[in-house]
Amino acid sequence: MVFQYPMISVQACLDGILLGILFALIAYGMALQWGVMNIINIAQGDLVILGGYIAYFMYLYGIHPAWGVIVAPVIMYFVGIAIYKLVINKVVDRDLFISILATFGISILFMQLMNFAFGADVVLANSDYGTTMLFNNNVVLPNSKIFSAFISILFAICLVIYMKKSKLGRAIRATAQNARAAKILGVDTEKVYAATFGINAALCGVAGALISITFTIHPYMGLPYTIRSFMIVIVAGLGNLPGVAMSGMGLGVFEEFADYILGTEFRIGSVFLLLVLILIYRRFKLSRKREYLK
Amino acid sequence: MRLNKIILSFVSALVILFSTSVASFAKVVGDKIILGAAISLTGKYSSNGVHTQNGYNMAVDRINSMGGVKVGGKTYKFDIIYYDDESNPKRAAQLAERLISQDGVEFMLGPYSSGLTKAIAPVTEKYGVPMVEANGASRSLFTKGYKYLFAVLAPANLYLDVAIDLAVEKNNGKGVTVAMAFEQDAFSQDVRLGVLDAIKRTGSKKVIDDKLPKELNDMAATLVKVKQMKPDVLVVSGHTKGALTAIRQISEMKVDVPMLAMTHCDAAKLSKQHGKNSQYALCASQWHKTLTYKDDFFKDGMTYDADFTKEFGYAPPYQAAESSAALLVFKDAFERANSFDQKKVRDALAATNMQTFYGNIKFAPGGQNVDKPMVLFQVMCDDSGKCENKVVAPTKWASAKLIHPIPSWSKR
Repeated sequence: MVFQYPMISVQACLDGILLGILFALIAYGMALQWGVMNIINIAQGDLVILGGYIAYFMYLYGIHPAWGVIVAPVIMYFVGIAIYKLVINKVVDRDLFISILATFGISILFMQLMNFAFGADVVLANSDYGTTMLFNNNVVLPNSKIFSAFISILFAICLVIYMKKSKLGRAIRATAQNARAAKILGVDTEKVYAATFGINAALCGVAGALISITFTIHPYMGLPYTIRSFMIVIVAGLGNLPGVAMSGMGLGVFEEFADYILGTEFRIGSVFLLLVLILIYRRFKLSRKREYLK
Repeated sequence: MRLNKIILSFVSALVILFSTSVASFAKVVGDKIILGAAISLTGKYSSNGVHTQNGYNMAVDRINSMGGVKVGGKTYKFDIIYYDDESNPKRAAQLAERLISQDGVEFMLGPYSSGLTKAIAPVTEKYGVPMVEANGASRSLFTKGYKYLFAVLAPANLYLDVAIDLAVEKNNGKGVTVAMAFEQDAFSQDVRLGVLDAIKRTGSKKVIDDKLPKELNDMAATLVKVKQMKPDVLVVSGHTKGALTAIRQISEMKVDVPMLAMTHCDAAKLSKQHGKNSQYALCASQWHKTLTYKDDFFKDGMTYDADFTKEFGYAPPYQAAESSAALLVFKDAFERANSFDQKKVRDALAATNMQTFYGNIKFAPGGQNVDKPMVLFQVMCDDSGKCENKVVAPTKWASAKLIHPIPSWSKR
């Protein structure tokens, strides 16, 4: 089919890239916090969904949901700080397994709370952004997707500049490199951790608002987002923003093509297969390196 | 230490003894017939679980206030013990076990969804407890040879085959090309089998057959294929998420297809969430308020709609209506059996042949209702953007004429 209709390839690439950019934003938050605090946040997807609900409620009250990309991160930043103060600061210097358990617990709690507060209905926020037609109407791009990708890139750029230039950004990077050394040199690592968790939650808030505009949200829909971002981080490595962006887009495109070539039912499966292959490849490379070191 | 253990086992033995002795006369206490139900009050099915519960409660109140159930010259009232199954099949099966063996319930009402009904049915079957269910439509429920399971609704394979027939009819009896996108769950796959049967029967051709994963809320790839292949009909079934995603992306990607048929439109509140974008979508439904079936308790669909809205503050989706109908079936069966013997009630249920406001009810040997066709409604909007669901098929019940083919997006 891909060969029969060449325009499908163009469509798949563009769809995949736009989708991938959005995933990359969530993954970047995860990578940041993983790198700085050594915490794998299973509740990542649930923070995303919560952000989506913020945009959805704005939409319900007659405010255009696009404003959600400004309001949601602000609210989510404080939600993130609160989670840090209540739970994460108690597990931050324990081993990875404990943090996974703790965030898994938070994830379940959030799912149930959202279900309790917002109901189990699938909802969405309409942006009425229309559609862009390319190549003689053969390729269609919903403007909401383009908007999502644009906002994601914007936030990512702002964040990179912030991390490079600001005092807090430098402190975060220092803590990521060596928390103990940073502490000795006067960095308040406790504050840095809280801010990192808050920034991650804010990024999730932005992504969530965008998802409610482009797709649908539901209290139990968080996990797929956690898994995707986890995979993107695994593939790209920590603290590597261009890598995260590339692997996000790559994954998006790969998914779309898998959908056309293998069929929709193998879409998610093929992504996991790719993950396994990449992990095997990495291990293989690693073991060669070790031999070399010997 | 050992003494403690002995005391503990003695006490627990007492408790077990006590609970079973309560059980033996709990089914009918005084003038009450106690039914049991595990319902999803929390978890992912909670909104439809609540519709189900409201439907049950509405019927219980109505039947009780209109004279109750007459068995053996005595009048009884319905009462229901509810447990929350948390939308979890394992939990539902445990609760069914508990309702029957601890609470002594001898007659059950069904949970919400095919999956949970599938989990409970083996338990009720094991204990020989008659269960009337209103929200499990999966075909596999009716092929296992269950003797105590009765469903007031039409099975899942009948949901969308009407749409294929309709498209063929509009095509002057010639076969049509069909694109299908179905989620990979028991219910949607049963709907798919029904559509495949219809395709075969009418000499139509399937051109796309996509299975949507549960986690997916993006079906752009399927829609791109639809744009290229230009089928006559697109059928989508993936619960509320599928319906909402399909309408959003079809309107965003300007996919033109002469006929679009779906399930779960009213549960998804399609016309409310998508407004004019959902216009012309055809939706399979078990019930619609404009159908002219009648009974003594709720009169007809319109009255039921008004009464339900008054009591619960929202218009009843078909999940509530069919749940109410389940109670009417039980009442009828008890009175015909004139006994509380489970076997006799079961036989009376099997012989049910009645009309309710929800539709005719007559069970096939497998337990499914064979006397009530599905209806298809079409979302129709006026110029002010107000949308309404109007029944267009089968012709006997139609309150509006089908708009076919759907006008292209460039002309809307």
